[in-house]
Amino acid sequence: MSETANSSTAITGAEIFCRSLQAEGVDVVFGYPGGAVLHIYDALYRQDKVSHVLVRHEQGAVHAAEGYAKSSDKPGVALVTSGPGATNAITGIADAYMDSVPLVVFTGQVPTSLIGNDAFQEVDTVGITRPCVKHNFLVKDVKDLATTIKKAFYVATTGRPGPVVVDIPKDVTAASCEFEYPESIHMRSYNPTFGGYTGQIDKAVDLILSAKQPMIYTGGGVILGKGSEALTEFTRKLGYPITNTLMGLGGYPSSDKQFLGMLGMHGTYEANMAMHHADVLIAIGARFDDRVTGNIEKFCPHAKIVHVDVDPSSISKNVKVDVPIVGEVEPVLRALIKALDAANAKPDPAALDAWWKQIREWQSQDCLKYDRESELIKPQYVVQKFWELTKGEAFVTSDVGQHQMWAAQFYGFDKPNRWINSGGLGTMGVGLPFAMGVQFAHPDATVGCITGEASIQMCIQELSTCYQYQLPIKILNLNNRYLGMVRQWQEFFYQGRYAMSYMDALPDFVKLAEAYGHVGMRIDKPGDVEGAIKEALAQKERLVFLDFITDQSENVYPMIPAGAGQNEMILV
Amino acid sequence: MRHIISVLLENESGALSRVAGLFSARGYNIESLTVAPTDDPSLSRMTIVTSGSDEIVEQITKQLNKLVDVIKLLDMTAHPHIEREMALIKVRVGEAADREEVKRLTDIFRGRIIDVTQQTYVIEITGEGSKLDAFLEAVSPFPVQEVVRSGVMGIARGDVALQL
Repeated sequence: MSETANSSTAITGAEIFCRSLQAEGVDVVFGYPGGAVLHIYDALYRQDKVSHVLVRHEQGAVHAAEGYAKSSDKPGVALVTSGPGATNAITGIADAYMDSVPLVVFTGQVPTSLIGNDAFQEVDTVGITRPCVKHNFLVKDVKDLATTIKKAFYVATTGRPGPVVVDIPKDVTAASCEFEYPESIHMRSYNPTFGGYTGQIDKAVDLILSAKQPMIYTGGGVILGKGSEALTEFTRKLGYPITNTLMGLGGYPSSDKQFLGMLGMHGTYEANMAMHHADVLIAIGARFDDRVTGNIEKFCPHAKIVHVDVDPSSISKNVKVDVPIVGEVEPVLRALIKALDAANAKPDPAALDAWWKQIREWQSQDCLKYDRESELIKPQYVVQKFWELTKGEAFVTSDVGQHQMWAAQFYGFDKPNRWINSGGLGTMGVGLPFAMGVQFAHPDATVGCITGEASIQMCIQELSTCYQYQLPIKILNLNNRYLGMVRQWQEFFYQGRYAMSYMDALPDFVKLAEAYGHVGMRIDKPGDVEGAIKEALAQKERLVFLDFITDQSENVYPMIPAGAGQNEMILV
Repeated sequence: MRHIISVLLENESGALSRVAGLFSARGYNIESLTVAPTDDPSLSRMTIVTSGSDEIVEQITKQLNKLVDVIKLLDMTAHPHIEREMALIKVRVGEAADREEVKRLTDIFRGRIIDVTQQTYVIEITGEGSKLDAFLEAVSPFPVQEVVRSGVMGIARGDVALQL
């Protein structure tokens, strides 16, 4: 016990935890109780400013916090117990790390006196999470708790965002001290980039205006950096073609005629061809991921590259760039727009005309075409109908696999923060808990979870959470009875040896949904798709599980096979 | 190419493993790593010897800078600098003639004998790694029992300084 324990203003570590979260403006925590966090749960119970959502598995808590953060401008917060609570949270933490999601994850820990003793429910949480966090802390003294929480939120949300873990031993939550939440924080070892380093702006503008075959390539950084509006202004001013990465969808309105669709392994033919033939590439908040570049030796062979990123280590990591600009996307874009306005030169209209003519020719391939006359439900058709019927206004989460690609290809996002998926880690099972987090951030919005029968089973237990909190999520299960993407690779590259890719013994999803208290519908004819989606959308208060029995043999096209260049796509 | 990177970081538990973990997770080479608190007890100074192409070393410095516990770093290789390493070497010297010869070699390399028993010498020697290698080669005809090398420390010459 601290010596101030009896003074009238001292409060316990557990209360400090609650007060700190209140000071950070946290309105909801996703979590699961256990021995090491009982003091914290007791303190949460005795206040009413921070609400708590009880998930059914700690993985769900962290993914829900991610969904909350990705769809809003606030960090997500999760709370789990020590040992298995912490290890169950790891997948979500790693997922958030790969996709730069601002999260603060609190883990309980055994009392300090037992640390290192192999105590009940002890793991070295700081050690296990170290490679997949932006930073982590072990709080050994209650006097450090408030400052550490302040630091955690500061680190998670500034610079390139990411998850921060705060490990709190049980005795620290019981001990008392005076509470004072720091107004601001300075860490001499952490100096994220604010604003933009504009020394290179003129050089960038010269290069941008000299382009004959320009291409704008933007990623999740535009969304994280709230640069969507500035990007749209910048792109329209130039009249250049633009593509978004999987993480960057919604950063530029997909309905705009300058938008060429997503790029990369399952991006559009026109986006990838334009990348390949570009002479100037303007990369903004993107990290040249291998699913985007294809074979790095063959990537953008003719292009000079401008790269804007808040994280210096993203620049020239995979691809050497010519004009690096370290800074937050939004202010850098504003500086670029200003410099463009001030420049005497304009883009070369004749060259741009010829370039657009070439691009329209690539577009005429209609690379996303699929059989619309099929008697089987085509998964693309389901996504397209959902997009039409929600007028492109829904928040859409996905799991990982073929359905994820179809969702990215066929749901046109015109706004940022509407498309919530796992791009970097590629985590099956995220879709439903992501959707929960989104629905908490946007209680009145339509939230769709586009998933498959394999992914959805990885966090299916959260249907129970959805019932407890009456979350009216619309689940679109594209059920092809296969691990679709695995099956596709086996068809293409393993001569059709479908090792372990068939999902046998599937549950009856309609009954399953009903067992959890929701509405379930099974749809197996193309003609019933539209009606079913309409009916689901009309059920405004209920979670509806739409089990679409889709064509088993459908593949995601187009595709850059592994090792190929962006100009070597397999078309339908 | 070989690089010596000096790093100032928070003297906190876990800081060392963040650096070591970064090198193993990203597959960077690490030849040696030394670390100790500085005159300011809240700070540790680490010297890392690594090798790689310019692009890889650029990534190493960027990734190190990104670690929240790292305050500042300096790639010594970009500046005139001094590097030193210390070795403690235990040699068995049972015969009088061996004692003579090992003492003589130690003097030539400007080392010191810092522990003497009937059977053994412990020799302390400092210098660049190549000098230590040469000395070890020179005493190799004798039964060397133990070699302890500190790993490299480095400091820039002249006005360049790694400080807060």
